[in-house]
Amino acid sequence: MTNKQEFDERPEDMDGGMDIHQDMGYEEKKERKIVVPGEVIATGQNFLPGENTKRDGQNIIATRFGLLDIEERLTKVIPLSGTYIPRRGNVVIGKVVDITYNGWLIDIDSPYSSFLPIIECKGFVSKKDDLSLIYNYGEMVIAKVLGVKGKGVDLTTRERGFHNLEEGMIIRVNSNKVPRVIGKQGSMVNLIKEYTGCNIVVGQNGLIWVRGETIEAELLARDAITMITEKSFVEGLTDKVKEFLMSKTKNK
Amino acid sequence: MAYTKRFDGRKADEMREIEAKVGVVPRADGSAMFRFGDTVAIAAVYGPRHLHPQFLQNPRTGIIRCHYDMISFSVTDRKRPGPARRSQEISDVTARSLEPVLLLSQFPNTVIDVFINIVQADAGTRCAGINAASLALAHAGIPMTDLVGAISVGALGGSVVVDLTKEEEDYEEDGEKAATDIPMAFTLRDKKVSLLQLDGRVKPEHLKEALEVGRKASEKIYEIQKTALRGLK
Repeated sequence: MTNKQEFDERPEDMDGGMDIHQDMGYEEKKERKIVVPGEVIATGQNFLPGENTKRDGQNIIATRFGLLDIEERLTKVIPLSGTYIPRRGNVVIGKVVDITYNGWLIDIDSPYSSFLPIIECKGFVSKKDDLSLIYNYGEMVIAKVLGVKGKGVDLTTRERGFHNLEEGMIIRVNSNKVPRVIGKQGSMVNLIKEYTGCNIVVGQNGLIWVRGETIEAELLARDAITMITEKSFVEGLTDKVKEFLMSKTKNK
Repeated sequence: MAYTKRFDGRKADEMREIEAKVGVVPRADGSAMFRFGDTVAIAAVYGPRHLHPQFLQNPRTGIIRCHYDMISFSVTDRKRPGPARRSQEISDVTARSLEPVLLLSQFPNTVIDVFINIVQADAGTRCAGINAASLALAHAGIPMTDLVGAISVGALGGSVVVDLTKEEEDYEEDGEKAATDIPMAFTLRDKKVSLLQLDGRVKPEHLKEALEVGRKASEKIYEIQKTALRGLK
């Protein structure tokens, strides 16, 4: 039986990962080990330090708490926690916290303040116009990170698909779980869209906007997203979520 | 007369019961509880986040701010709440003992706030606080090269014992105070000293012995910190 084989092949030092496995079934092919900062994850010049790792003499050490991932020679640590650090090109959802004479200050849940200048919003807006008519205080906006400078982040809403949010629901998740919510080539988020009929935008900063025909559909999408963030370490999660969504939509 | 038998019957190099738990403050970015016997510390980490007042901002690196305090009911005589001389000093000392392992240059102009509360005190509170803070920082996903472990070692009437209780800290010989408490912290992988405090008198050979005993004890703390973090998923 394949399950048995996988069980035998798993390394000894997985530290309690077994109980989790029994709950979820034996789906995962590769058990990722949790590493703590300063832990030696590989020894020798054969390995290369990747994300969140560092070379220290002969050893490669983890510099962050997370899951160890070794692909051939490259070692990296997938973080499980931490605040959102903006990167160029990220799609984020934020709240308008202040309006200045030449733009908007937007809170995107990161250590750096972000600014959306007038020229980066759609159409032509003069400085004399009332900026609160475009994006008002407290409104949620989908924007793209144009660049990260020393002291702050610049945003843009020029392209298609970036606008303020008028209806729907905002869900906050851990920003480190966003890749799982999106899935490979958007497979996970498309699945939820398909089954709930909701319009979903996932911000890289962990804010997710869900808008559906009915509140029930939105709540179902929220449940599915919560499920993904809670079980983010299970492989084959897409199928699990599909099953969950199918069982829920059938009852109606 | 030397202090040969400990009040609670422990061996000289035996620590009190240790417990560590990660994720005890749900709203914080990272949090942890650390307990040495009857000393309980809770640490919560927020950040990296925007730093105010602005003049503290450093464009080269982020900074760490520690806020240590004992809760008023943590000791037998009510502790007046709020910052005091003592807690101010311990806050600074804690921040300095944690700084060497943190990779703060990745977050210029920001601050990482660490709040340490002593819920119950029976000596060694700053050590418990540092241990809790180290766990909480790791839990908050702050990049760091190592974990930090702290332990207090004492020289009592000619002998060196590890992890003092309050009773031992107040130990007297011939009506004179005969206990010297030496709190120390180590980076846990390469065992470098990141904190060493000493108020009182101690013989040089006792200090050397204390450092050795402390290093040995920190190994056990390392194991407990690792298990606490790995238990989380």
